[in-house]
Amino acid sequence: MSTLKINNLSCQRGYNLLFENLSFELNSGEVLKISGPNGSGKTSLIKILAGLNSFETGSIKYDDTKINSEKYNLDFLYLGHLVALSPELSCLENLKYTAHLGNNNINHDFSDALTQVGLEKFENELVGKLSAGQRKRIALSLLFITQSKVWLLDEPFSALDSKAIKIIETRIEDHCSTGGLCILTTHQECNIKNIKEISL
Amino acid sequence: MSRDLKMAFRNPSSFLNPLMFFVISISLFPIAISPEAQTLSSMAPGIIWVITMLSVLLSLNSLFHYDYDNGVLEQMVISHHSLPLILLAKTLAHWTLSGLPIIILSPFLGMALFINSEGIYILVLTLIIATPCLSLIGSIGASLVVGIKNSGMLLSLLILPLYIPILIFATSAVSQSQSNLPIDGQLYFLGFILILSLLITPFLSAISLKISLE
Repeated sequence: MSTLKINNLSCQRGYNLLFENLSFELNSGEVLKISGPNGSGKTSLIKILAGLNSFETGSIKYDDTKINSEKYNLDFLYLGHLVALSPELSCLENLKYTAHLGNNNINHDFSDALTQVGLEKFENELVGKLSAGQRKRIALSLLFITQSKVWLLDEPFSALDSKAIKIIETRIEDHCSTGGLCILTTHQECNIKNIKEISL
Repeated sequence: MSRDLKMAFRNPSSFLNPLMFFVISISLFPIAISPEAQTLSSMAPGIIWVITMLSVLLSLNSLFHYDYDNGVLEQMVISHHSLPLILLAKTLAHWTLSGLPIIILSPFLGMALFINSEGIYILVLTLIIATPCLSLIGSIGASLVVGIKNSGMLLSLLILPLYIPILIFATSAVSQSQSNLPIDGQLYFLGFILILSLLITPFLSAISLKISLE
């Protein structure tokens, strides 16, 4: 049973206070959707949880260890709104590189991951030749090979068609049913079971 | 490192443009100044080294820029692998694509500018020791300006002053070797800068990059 505890978190960018005294707790098996208008700090919050951005006050603890501890680093997967793919590399090359860069904790069935998101025919295609939706699918195919417990997904459904959104929603539900936890930001409606929501 | 090399060879203009700049600029000097051997040979070390620096500077902007734009840099920063080691690998790939071709071409361009055989040997030696320093020191500047658009001028202003000691000692070594004067001091100094750069620049680049991504 893993728990992510956020306590009295405040974040300021320049002179703008994005949010303050934000507290929530997420346990294994739970999904949290962060919603709010543009510029309310959704991406900043996800980046703080990923250890990319700093915060002003408060604390973040994962199973009573601090953020950026070795346990936390090995246990989380972050997918930003940028797809983290190089246009000069093929789908398979990109997926292998990002997977190895992000976490040791992966299975190595990259072809199966691409099949899951419907891109099995594009393994050796250069990413630069693919559409925005296809690129997003490649980025999200990481969800099928990672064994990280904490998923931090920034706008995972942008540029995806309804079929791909369904595939990703099902994958998130499967992940949580096996003890994982997921935090995501989106402006779209989610059809994920038992999803919690906070608004910034 | 192999990823960066693979990407560069699939998009060769990224490293061929600075190399073309190097070759064309040096080729123009005999036409613009004088084709006389004595004039050119005395100016050649300075010409080759200044153009080398500008050529490396031209390619520095792309060191982190593309990875920043597509989000790969964020994944590198949060990776459980050591960020300084990742950046060192990227910088070595940059040197392989910018410094190494210059080292290979420099004897031919040196001969075209009438540097004698001893001078060419020392020119190549100084380039082998000091071009990695240009990439390593440049990586600090590239990581500081990575989030700023059209940052070429800012990068030059940040990095060129740090290149000056390398320029002074490298050109002095080549010039003195042409007159058969001792050059041990200059080579030791360049070697010292190389070791220092290898030891500290990956860590400074990692800190700068984290600040830039905030």
